[in-house]
Order: sequence, then structure tokens, then C-alpha cells
Amino acid sequence: MHNNIFNNYPPNDRSNLIPLLQDVQEIYGYLPEESLSDVAEFLGMSLSGVYGVATFYNQFRLKPLGKNVIRVCRGTACHVKNSANILQSLETELNILAGETSRDKLFTLETVACIGACSIAPVISINDEYYGRLTTKEIPKIIKKYRNEAKQLESA
Amino acid sequence: MVELTINNITVKAEEGMTILDAAKSVGIHVPTLCHMKDLFPTGACRICVVEVENMRGLIPSCAYPVAEGMKVETNSYRVRTARKTIVELLVENHPQDCLICVRNGNCELQGLSEQYGLREHRYAGESKDHAIDISSASMERDPAKCILCGRCVRMCNEIQKVCAIDFTNRGFQSNVTTPFNKGINVSDCILCGQCILVCPTAALREKSNTKLVQSAIQDKSKTVVVQIAPAIRASIGEEYGFPIGTDVTGKLVTGLRRLGFNSVFDTNFAADLTIMEEGTELINRIQNNKTLPMFTSCCPGWVKHLEQNRPALLDHLSTCKSPHEMEGAVLKSYYAKKMNIDPKDLFVVSIMPCTVKKFEAVRPELGEEKMADVDAVLTTRELVRYFKMAGIEFEDLPEGNFDNPLGESTGAAVIFGASGGVMEAALRTAYFKLTGVELENLNLEAIRGLDDVKEATIDIAGLQLNVAVVNGIGNVGPILDQIENGTCKYHFVEVMTCPGGCINGGGQPIHHKPEKVIKRVKALYEIDGKMKNRRSHENEAVKTVYKEFFGEPNSHKAHDILHTHYIDRKAILRENAKKN
Repeated sequence: MHNNIFNNYPPNDRSNLIPLLQDVQEIYGYLPEESLSDVAEFLGMSLSGVYGVATFYNQFRLKPLGKNVIRVCRGTACHVKNSANILQSLETELNILAGETSRDKLFTLETVACIGACSIAPVISINDEYYGRLTTKEIPKIIKKYRNEAKQLESA
Repeated sequence: MVELTINNITVKAEEGMTILDAAKSVGIHVPTLCHMKDLFPTGACRICVVEVENMRGLIPSCAYPVAEGMKVETNSYRVRTARKTIVELLVENHPQDCLICVRNGNCELQGLSEQYGLREHRYAGESKDHAIDISSASMERDPAKCILCGRCVRMCNEIQKVCAIDFTNRGFQSNVTTPFNKGINVSDCILCGQCILVCPTAALREKSNTKLVQSAIQDKSKTVVVQIAPAIRASIGEEYGFPIGTDVTGKLVTGLRRLGFNSVFDTNFAADLTIMEEGTELINRIQNNKTLPMFTSCCPGWVKHLEQNRPALLDHLSTCKSPHEMEGAVLKSYYAKKMNIDPKDLFVVSIMPCTVKKFEAVRPELGEEKMADVDAVLTTRELVRYFKMAGIEFEDLPEGNFDNPLGESTGAAVIFGASGGVMEAALRTAYFKLTGVELENLNLEAIRGLDDVKEATIDIAGLQLNVAVVNGIGNVGPILDQIENGTCKYHFVEVMTCPGGCINGGGQPIHHKPEKVIKRVKALYEIDGKMKNRRSHENEAVKTVYKEFFGEPNSHKAHDILHTHYIDRKAILRENAKKN
């Protein structure tokens, strides 16, 4: 089960909880409910304890990611350059809040503390591409590009 | 020993003692919220901060050990200001609905607000918003009222070892909840309600059935009868200023009659009946080499725990229904027939010290064709509120007597309310059944008291009967492990979910007087000691029911009406997880 990740760890040793959760997320892209029960059982922990850890750390997600992951930089430089407005217009455009995935599973919207590209603030990243010196006007255009890509893939 | 001063009073304290305990030893009260006696301190809430000379910040007294020459101030202006600010911040993130809250008048946050003289809203801001979890038949969870002290989490995880809830998320989003924030009805919760007893606010509370009972009493086509559990009589008096451990059976009976119940019965009758059935079942199992050890099945929290965690061991559970379910079943069969009442018009109410009993009452297997054995369960706390609403001055009530025939009982039944009581009662009768002579010393001290696991070996006509009593569900794990790996030496094991037994059940009055369990238990043994009959097989009413109705213990008819079966809930919970 779960690509035999349990083979790499001794059972009933709760100090391996975080590496195990990372491995599970590596496989599925998120932490499916059933996998958490399996991890809890393997480590001899309660499910509530495992769930508590999984929700404490930002790196773990409990829902599958959308096809495209949008990260909005909310670091100091971007904040000064109005990244709050960028985030808001993305939320409006996608009709979801930060941390959520759109119903068509195309987009996941996230905020990050600093992307490390302050010279081109305000900046967002979509998958591996970066968009700097953004204005809210450009947002619909960028999103449309990804929507069209998805449509083309679908019809092909 | 170290010597320190607290508020200029010289205090001698043992090394390793906390400042909090040292202050308490000389009568200085320091407020606490997250602190739990006998558990490792977490220092989470900071309400217990004190000033210590030459230390930079304020020190959480619950988590800091005393030291030689230490100078402590528990009541300086700086300390009071800090505490007040903590209370203000908690209050601002708490619903302001004290007037319509079930814990109004018995809320620790409200108490602190009063103590520190909060008179204005200084920190009005965003406050958390969570839905109320009403999924369970027994309990409600209202996370908006939670102040994150963590006492419920520690009770559930460290004492009961059920681990149904934990802290989740962080920062402003922090929330004590079940895995995946689901309803407690589909979590590992066994609904024991111990978390309610330690909750400082109304974030955890029982689900009330008072309205249901009121409308049944109002309905003239119904005959509404009530039964009270052994533990109620030794605890409800506390709510009316009687000393802890006062037996108020007589007043309780009168009070219930004045509420409008047609008859007032005693669950103790069915406790005696349980002993007849369970004792006979045990003897059968031993004589026919069937599954051993046998577990008691009186405690629905324990039953639910086994169903959810080790369904492979369900055969070890006695098939007997719990006493109040037996009482309900006898009322709706034998009694209804005798009194010429249609059992559908008979409404049975149980007054229980327990929250799980509410869940138990709606279990479909406990009843016949959509007619439950017990129609509603009220906890001790709900009954107190009901009395208040009905204008009944409990202190001034005259003594009353139970109705018959289901009101008669023996001393063996009343000790059901204490850990070890069911075992003691069962042994008194099993000894007689197997040897034909009565057990001489009726006080089995080895299985009384508040130890985690108590054990004894009783010589019954050459058979060395090994018994164990598990006091609190958190202590049952090792015995279950022993059974699984075949090293268990016991024949008969009693398990009670709540530490101390039903007397400390999740439906009992809420306060933190440390002597409550010991004194309530003592009251039950005193009632037992004073009884004319102290063995269940001496109960004349039980004998009559067997003669007129059931024939003999474990007869076919007794099996139909007084016994039940169990469900593999682990599989159900697992299926549920897959669906999502």
C-alpha cells in the first residue's frame, strides 16, 4: 500500500511521523484521509494526533492540488507594491479564496511569504513560470491563457 | 525541603513542588485554566502567572518549581493587570451569550471575568466562528466557545486514552476537533463525557433530552415512568448544598413524582437482575469452556470502545443489556402486561450519571420493532435544571419511596455506581450459585478503591476464580493485549469507562472538588452496608419476575428480552474514511 513507503521505517516509532507524511504527499500530491489512518496505525499513534500534525504544518495539504498552482507573493516588497490587490483580483477571477482549489480543479491559489524575486514585485508564480511587475488588469488575461490550454488539451 | 516566601509569607515546600502548589499549601489561591492536577503542566493559558524577584518576565506558577530563597508575589498590580488582559483577550474571542448559555453561573471564564472586574470591551476584533457539532446523540461540541485550554484533549488522550480529539491547525485557526473536523458520531469518541467535566466553558456539553421528557409528561395518552441510576442518589445533593456524598434517595423520589412521572422506579432492581443473568452467563462460560475472560457489559462507553477498536474481542463481552436497558425492557414487557398498558404508550425515562447512555438508548438493537427499551435519558445535570424549572425546592422535599415491583433492590445493586461494584455484586451471587452457601465476608476490599486495575482471586469450591476490575477506560489496553496474545489469566473482568465508576460519570455535577469521587463512592458503600439484603439473589421482586415471567436466568425468554448483541464499528468507521 502507498508504494511500500512503510518498508523504509520501523513500526511504532512516532518520531518518523513527518518524513512519512512527506512521503505520502510525494505519492498523492496531498494526504488522503485513508492514508492518514494507515500512518496512524503503522506508528501506533491516534488518528487525531496525526491529523493535528498534518494541519499544523503548511507544507501538508489535505485536498488534492489543482492542475495549475498559483502562488501569490505576500512578502514585504510585494506588499508595498500592492500584492493584496493582486491576490484579491485572483480570488475574484477564480471565485475561490487563498488556500482553495477551484471547482473545475484547474487552479489552486496559495500565498507565500516571499518568493525571493523582490526586484520584480509584485510577483506571482504559476507552476514554474513567474509573472513580475504585475498589475491587476493583467490577471484575467493570464488566467485565460491557462484556461485555453486546458480546453485545447481536452479537445485534443 | 526548600524555604521561600510567597506574598511575604514564609513557606516550606518540598523540592520539585510547583509555585502553584506551594501557594495552595498556605491558602493562597492562584487562578488556573489549563492546569490539571497530577498531569504534567503545559503552561498554555498563562492565567496563573506570578512575579518572582530577579526574574525578568512573569512566571507561570503551574509549571515552575520552587527554589530556596525565592520571593514570589501572586497578587501584585503587575500580576493582576497581566491576568486581567489574558481574561479580556479570551472573552473577546468568545461568544457573548452568557445569558442563554447552559453553563451560565458555572463557567470558569465567566468566573474569571467577574473576579478581575471586566467592565468594558477593550479588544473588540475578529472572533472565531465554528459550527456546532450536533452529530451525536449524547454530546454537543461548540468550538466557538472553546478557549483552547486543552483540558479535554488531555483528558481524552492522557487519562482516557481514547484520543478522539486533538489540537488542529494553528494560530488564529487553532481548534480542538476530531480528525478531518467531522462529527463526533463518526470519530473514535466513545461519548464518555469526561471532557465535559473538565471543560471550563460550554464548548463541550451534553445533548439535552429535557424537552422530549416534558412533552411526554404533557401527553395524557402516555404513561411516563422514570428510573434512577445508583450513582445519582449520592451526587445530586451536591447541587443543593448538601455535603458531597449525601444520600438523597428519598427526596429524589418525591421530586420526580412531583415533576409528573406516573411511577418512580429504581435501576437497582435491574442491577440485581443483571447480576442474575450475568452471573449465570459467567458460570455457563466457565463450565462449558466457552470464551473467557468475560467482560461486563454495563458500561456503554466501554462497549463502544471495544466495538470501535478491537471488534475481534466482542465475544468476550457479556451479552447482558446494561441495567437501565434491562429495566426498560422489563417495564415494556412484564410490567406493561401486568398493568394492562400498551407498551407503545409506556414512556420510559432514565436518570443517569452518564452521557453515553443517551447513545445507548437509541441503539436499534436495544428495543423491539422500533420501540426502544428506554425512550429518553437525562443526566444528573439536566434533572437539576428540570427541578429548577419546575419550581421544586429540593432541600425541603419530604422523603418518598420507590414504586413496586421494579423499585425493590439489594445492597449489591447500589454499589454498581462505583468501580468494582459490579464485580463485587456478581461474586456475592456467583459464590452462592456455585457452592450453595453464602459468601461470608461481603466486603471485597481488594476490588474496591480507585486504583487503575484491581485484581483478586476468589476460591469458589476449589475453582480459583481470577478477576480484575479496570477503573477507567485508559487502563484497559494491557488486558486486551494479554487476551490477544493468549496470556490473560482472568476469568471475569469488569471495565468502567469513567475513573471511579459511574459515580464520576460524564453527566454528573461539574465542579473540581478533589474529594468528590471518594466521598460519593463512600456513600454508595454505606447504603450497601445498611441494606437488609445485600445479595442480588435475595431480591424478592427479582425472584417474582423470574417465577411469573422469565422462568430462570438465561432462559430463552430472558435471552430475547434481557440480552443483546454487538457491532463491528471499526469496519464502519473505516468504510466511512474510504468514502471521502
